[in-house]
Amino acid sequence: MSLMNWMLPPQASTYAPEVDHLYIFFVVTTIFFTAVISIAILYFFIKFHRRSESEVPRPIAGSMVLESAWTIIPFIISMFMFAWGAKLYLQEYSIPGNSTDIYVVGKQWMWKFQHPEGQREINELHLPVGRKIRFVMATEDVIHSFFIPAFRMKEDIVPGADHYSTVWAEPTETGTYRIYCSQYCGTNHSGMTGWVTVLNDRDYQAWLSGGAAEGSMAERGAALFQQLGCITCHRSDAQGQCPRLEVIYGKEQLMSDGQKVIADDGYIRESVLKPLAKIVAGFQPVMPSFQGQVSEEQIQELIAYIKSIGSPEVTNTTPGQVPASSKAAGNGSNPLSAPPIMSPGGANIIAPQSENARPHQPLPKLTPAQQRIP
Amino acid sequence: MSNQFIPATTGAVSTNGQELNYLNNGYGLKSWLLTKDHKRIAILYLISVSAFFMLGGIFALLIRINLLTPSGVFPPDTYNRLFTAHGVIMVFLFLVPAVPAILGNFLVPIMIGAKDLAFPKINLLSWYLYVAAGAILLTAIFAGGIDTGWTFYTPYSTGYSNSNVLLAALGVFIAGFSSILTGINFIVTVHTMRAPGMTWFRLPLFIWAHYATALVMMLATPVLAITVSLMALERVAHVGIFDPSMGGDPVLFQHMFWFYSHPAVYIMVLPAMGVISELIANLSRKNIFGYKFIAMSSLAIAIFGFLVWGHHLFVSTQSIYLGLAFSFLSYAVAIPSAIKVFNWTATLYKGSISYDTPMLYALGFIGLFLIGGMTGLFVAAVGLDVHIHDTYFVIAHFHYVMVGGSLMGFLGGMHLWWGKMTGRQYPEYWARAAMIIQFVGFNLTFFPQFILGYLGMPRRYASYPPEFQTLHVLSTAGASILGLGLGITIFYLLWSLKNGKRALANPWGAPGLEWRTSSPPPTENFHVTPIVTWEAYEFAPIETMEVLGYPGDPGKSTQPVSAEHGTED
Repeated sequence: MSLMNWMLPPQASTYAPEVDHLYIFFVVTTIFFTAVISIAILYFFIKFHRRSESEVPRPIAGSMVLESAWTIIPFIISMFMFAWGAKLYLQEYSIPGNSTDIYVVGKQWMWKFQHPEGQREINELHLPVGRKIRFVMATEDVIHSFFIPAFRMKEDIVPGADHYSTVWAEPTETGTYRIYCSQYCGTNHSGMTGWVTVLNDRDYQAWLSGGAAEGSMAERGAALFQQLGCITCHRSDAQGQCPRLEVIYGKEQLMSDGQKVIADDGYIRESVLKPLAKIVAGFQPVMPSFQGQVSEEQIQELIAYIKSIGSPEVTNTTPGQVPASSKAAGNGSNPLSAPPIMSPGGANIIAPQSENARPHQPLPKLTPAQQRIP
Repeated sequence: MSNQFIPATTGAVSTNGQELNYLNNGYGLKSWLLTKDHKRIAILYLISVSAFFMLGGIFALLIRINLLTPSGVFPPDTYNRLFTAHGVIMVFLFLVPAVPAILGNFLVPIMIGAKDLAFPKINLLSWYLYVAAGAILLTAIFAGGIDTGWTFYTPYSTGYSNSNVLLAALGVFIAGFSSILTGINFIVTVHTMRAPGMTWFRLPLFIWAHYATALVMMLATPVLAITVSLMALERVAHVGIFDPSMGGDPVLFQHMFWFYSHPAVYIMVLPAMGVISELIANLSRKNIFGYKFIAMSSLAIAIFGFLVWGHHLFVSTQSIYLGLAFSFLSYAVAIPSAIKVFNWTATLYKGSISYDTPMLYALGFIGLFLIGGMTGLFVAAVGLDVHIHDTYFVIAHFHYVMVGGSLMGFLGGMHLWWGKMTGRQYPEYWARAAMIIQFVGFNLTFFPQFILGYLGMPRRYASYPPEFQTLHVLSTAGASILGLGLGITIFYLLWSLKNGKRALANPWGAPGLEWRTSSPPPTENFHVTPIVTWEAYEFAPIETMEVLGYPGDPGKSTQPVSAEHGTED
């Protein structure tokens, strides 16, 4: 066991022991084949060593049986390895619906974290044990990679306005574990490290109540929504010149070019930074980009706000076709309407508000002067 | 049967009574720098590639010195430049050209019974391109350095790095053309210049491996040229191709880069596999077991090698379905490599196994490549790769393949053909000792890195958590031993040029065409065009081999050792 401790990092997630089982299977298989071939070679090496300088052994023709055997048997073993690895991979990248979102921003050379409850941390992260955590990650500059060996979890964070990188883990053991950036990112790449502290529920609640006087992420997002003037056009009564943002989170939206897009975190981020990339059907491309005006953390807060006013309900929403009233829903997610990577989650932030939803009413074209947003 | 063999020496004699060969046929710088002789070009490559190898090795030792302490010895910016320099030099200036440009250049025409490569001037041009690329990369490294890693990932390389990225891109671009020209030369030569009777399935497996390599060089390297050109375009002219802030896609760069760089792994290792087939056959005097399977597995590796680049992107946010497809294909490419190892092992069965240095290298290759290949299965398993991706596990894996594979193959080949190339034999005792030192040093360097990697130690870290220090110190100790072993080899090979025993035409009693001409060969390789009537690795009765210059058993030899092939100087 001590050898195991020396060979394996701490197992602190549900995924960790499964990866280790696969690893140990590979190690044993490797030792077995290396031993078999090495012993055969060493045996031949000693048994058939040259007795005299003029010795010429008799040639041996090949053997179809042997060739077939050592083609087919390794192939079967390797397919077993492939399938086992694939199963784990699908598990690691199929984000469960009922997860807690932790927002991660990587930048040269630090990690910034935001909790839905409002706590912000740098290079330190506190997580509750036994809960599924989805990491929603963006980078401010180059590619970084979020790596927690104790969770056997890693994902690159690729710059680009139209997506978040997401990965999930369920911590199982309390303790403190290392965080690394594993994609080379410049001078202080090796300084871009941190600690994740997994707490039991009581300690986690205590930790949560310890700080964060600025309100939850959604509350900060609501304030931003006012400050930035988003509310002027994205009116909750659907009378604004931009789509109403209530009850869109996690739902399919019809775009003006006919494609359908799930209104997930990545879509909302793109809509803030590159609003002209996808235009909701029935609306004009009037929104200016907020690139440079909002930080990555603020975008995440806006998303948290939009999430909080959207009910993660099952119905597909297209303009003119909104349910009469949206129910306050809990952790529901629709496996059909959401791809496994970006399934709507984060339901434990704030209970979605009940809204009297109305059909979208696309407005007549505005003059350029009217289009300017304060 | 013996009348089908070509007498080893019937050549002209120079003024001082020595037989004329490619080395004494003209002296002076001009006779070398303007030579069109593939053998002299091979020597030019040998000198320049070895110089870069030593430089790359020095950078490796500096890396290992830095990692002796958790906080590092050098500032991070220096360390980042060190590992980039090590990677760029070793990949583009050593591993890619080592076996094909030195041993391939020297042996491909001789082994197929030709006088030279198809395009001797292009061959010289590719050496000049190589030297130009080397000079540019050296300038980039020493005038400020490159800090992107040899992979040049965007957007770091195009928008953030303040180092000599452009110069490095230019160097890599030019080095690529050197490689393309060599590839074209080999393909045309093997197709059109085989001696009468040298059918495709009589070709030595060294030729099959080089043919497959040449295909990859010719087809994959242009993509590298395109990729680094686009990278330079974005860095200079801000054309948004890879940088998302200009509308580009950084993952596109990774796809394009690995579309070359994964096949490049096979450019590095396939020729070494060709060498191993020669070493095993010639030093066990056995025909290769499953000749056609080894020949075809080289082609299979070359083809499948093009389809697996995406396994470098398992955690790069590519689609999970792409991840699964590339994982599957990566297992498919493992099978031909396994077939080779099994066939080499079977070749030894009932052979007449010599314990000379080339055989030790061949066994070293199999042992290390086995571990390198098997750990390749670890990283090909998507679920496992998520954890070990970009850690020291990957570093250890590809060093087992690249150093354990390519370097062992290269050194084994250098020992087998050293006498043929230089006319002097290496000292056997020292060579065996050096090989064993290298083997021990190599394993001590890289085995701890597998453990480091699984424990989570990320690659390209100038400083690291203190719990990893023990394993890092072990690794550095191993690197010192490996360096010592390589130093001994470099020393005695240089020493042997003056003091080594004069090489016989056929010191191993081997049947290949290169052993049917003198050591060193005449400029035109053969005085009479050989007519091939034997199969590959058809080991003749020893009496026939003695006609070819093999001394055989000194006690029983019926053939007096001629003055030209005398063993002592």
